[in-house]
Amino acid sequence: MASQQRPGRLFRNMSAKVASIPMILTALVVFIGGTAWTVLYSFTDSKLLPRLRFVGFDQYERLWSANRWLVSIENLAIYGVLSLIFQLVIGFMLAVLLDQKIRFENTFRTIFLYPFALSFIVTGLVWQWILNPDFGIQSVVRGLGFESFTFDPLYNADIVIYGILIAGLWQGTGLVMCLMLAGLRGIDEDIWKAARVDGIPAWKTYIQIIIPMMRPVFITTLVIITSGIVKLYDLVVAQTGGGPGLASEVPAKYVYDFMFQAQNLGQGFAASTMMLLTVAIIVVPWAYLEFGGKKRG
Amino acid sequence: MADTMSSWSDGPRGPKPRPSISRRNIILYGTLIVVALYYLLPLYVMVVTSLKGMPEIRLGNIFSPPVEITFQPWVKAWAEACTGLNCDGLSRGFWNSVRITVPSVILSIIIASVNGYALANWRFKGAQTFFTILIFGAFIPYQVMLYPIVILLREMGIYGTLWGLIIVHTIFGMPILTLLFRNYFTSIPEELFKAARVDGAGFWGIYFKIMMPMSLPIFVVAIILQVTGIWNDFLFGVVYTKPDLYPMTVQLNNIVNSVQGVKEYNVNMAATILTGLVPLVVYFVSGKLFVRGIAAGAVKG
Repeated sequence: MASQQRPGRLFRNMSAKVASIPMILTALVVFIGGTAWTVLYSFTDSKLLPRLRFVGFDQYERLWSANRWLVSIENLAIYGVLSLIFQLVIGFMLAVLLDQKIRFENTFRTIFLYPFALSFIVTGLVWQWILNPDFGIQSVVRGLGFESFTFDPLYNADIVIYGILIAGLWQGTGLVMCLMLAGLRGIDEDIWKAARVDGIPAWKTYIQIIIPMMRPVFITTLVIITSGIVKLYDLVVAQTGGGPGLASEVPAKYVYDFMFQAQNLGQGFAASTMMLLTVAIIVVPWAYLEFGGKKRG
Repeated sequence: MADTMSSWSDGPRGPKPRPSISRRNIILYGTLIVVALYYLLPLYVMVVTSLKGMPEIRLGNIFSPPVEITFQPWVKAWAEACTGLNCDGLSRGFWNSVRITVPSVILSIIIASVNGYALANWRFKGAQTFFTILIFGAFIPYQVMLYPIVILLREMGIYGTLWGLIIVHTIFGMPILTLLFRNYFTSIPEELFKAARVDGAGFWGIYFKIMMPMSLPIFVVAIILQVTGIWNDFLFGVVYTKPDLYPMTVQLNNIVNSVQGVKEYNVNMAATILTGLVPLVVYFVSGKLFVRGIAAGAVKG
């Protein structure tokens, strides 16, 4: 109101700059600074406390020769690929079903999405109970007369990760369905009319016209699911605690255990740097493809 | 024309008329109902188990409804269940979670909304760069930043306190919330902003008088997102607080997965429902807005 003369460059738009201080600090100090710090210290022999005594790639060599780490990586890969595929496929199909102008759409949508509101801890504990071999599905089916029926994923090292996958899918598919449904609703009704006039069957319209048109939605969903997968931690802690033995360990748990329990910070840093690298391998090419032309943020 | 008939036998008006019982509909609704039952099953099992006594659990199957309903497990889960450290139940964790969630939600939304507003309407040189870093930061696994933040909080003297955890939640909520607000504010017609500028309103004036009142839905969406997100957090709670300040999720896990004593599945399930209750209530009360929010944020992003 008061002064309308142009202020100096730095002070122009001052309020916006002040308002952005938390964002700038978070971006620079935590995200860039913190990441650089961890990467730097992953080359040291830090144990209980971080210290700058460099040992080259020692921590990484130890990491990649640790059986527990290899199991963790394998588990995450299986869980990641399968949950990506199943969430996209199931989520999309549910969205298509809900998009058929059905009755009680809201009821169905509410039911499919509610697990997403629950924490991974709650999810993990419920499924731990349902998959409990002495009381859960296995015992119920045996009680029906199938005495030799065996379904105990949480106690079988070979398939434990699939037990976790069941719980993860139950929790997360609703979100994918919701994103897909929003995408389907965003498609112009005229396209459907045109396809119908041309006599193209519905399933063909979905595959050849609708899905390609929903590319942005699929990409957003893909990125959301992927960044969730890497974080996989609470679910495992609650459902199996990494067991039986080491069979359901995941990288995030490896990091936590080495940093805060085994007091071997260097290992934790090296492991978390590997997690970062994995994410970078996925995100950087995607970002390059999406925003390569520097169109927008 | 009889009203009762018109719903399905009307002529050209409305959607394409179809007989209500067709093969297509049977398959469609059949599939949906089966899937819905599958999704509801865990909730049902939780509730049913929590209302049974232990002898009944040992004898019966987990899907059968309770023969004799007892609320004892709920009482025990709330007030007496043991975590290995203490035996005062989940109530402690509940109140800790409340004391963590409320300030975190408020602080993170204030900061993110103002940030998003600055990014949408008051671009300054470099703002876009910081925003890009912020968005990419959302993809960095938390594990990478866990320890540096421990050091930062220790330097600030708030490591292990509730305020430390609140700041952590504010930091990690920032990317998604800022994106949400930025996208929403960008969609508000620029003419409105320009008119206010011409009338002499400044940064804060426009924010409080125009942007905020016009954006109530997105604020509600942000609140829903943050309340459920922070309430459900486990990792930050376990890393940045001490045992007597553990949030509900951490305490729940300690109760259920504690190795000592006989497993009381009914108490465990009661505790699990209690922990899930807050986000569930938020979800069911705000249902449509929750959905709309997810959709708005995702399609524009």
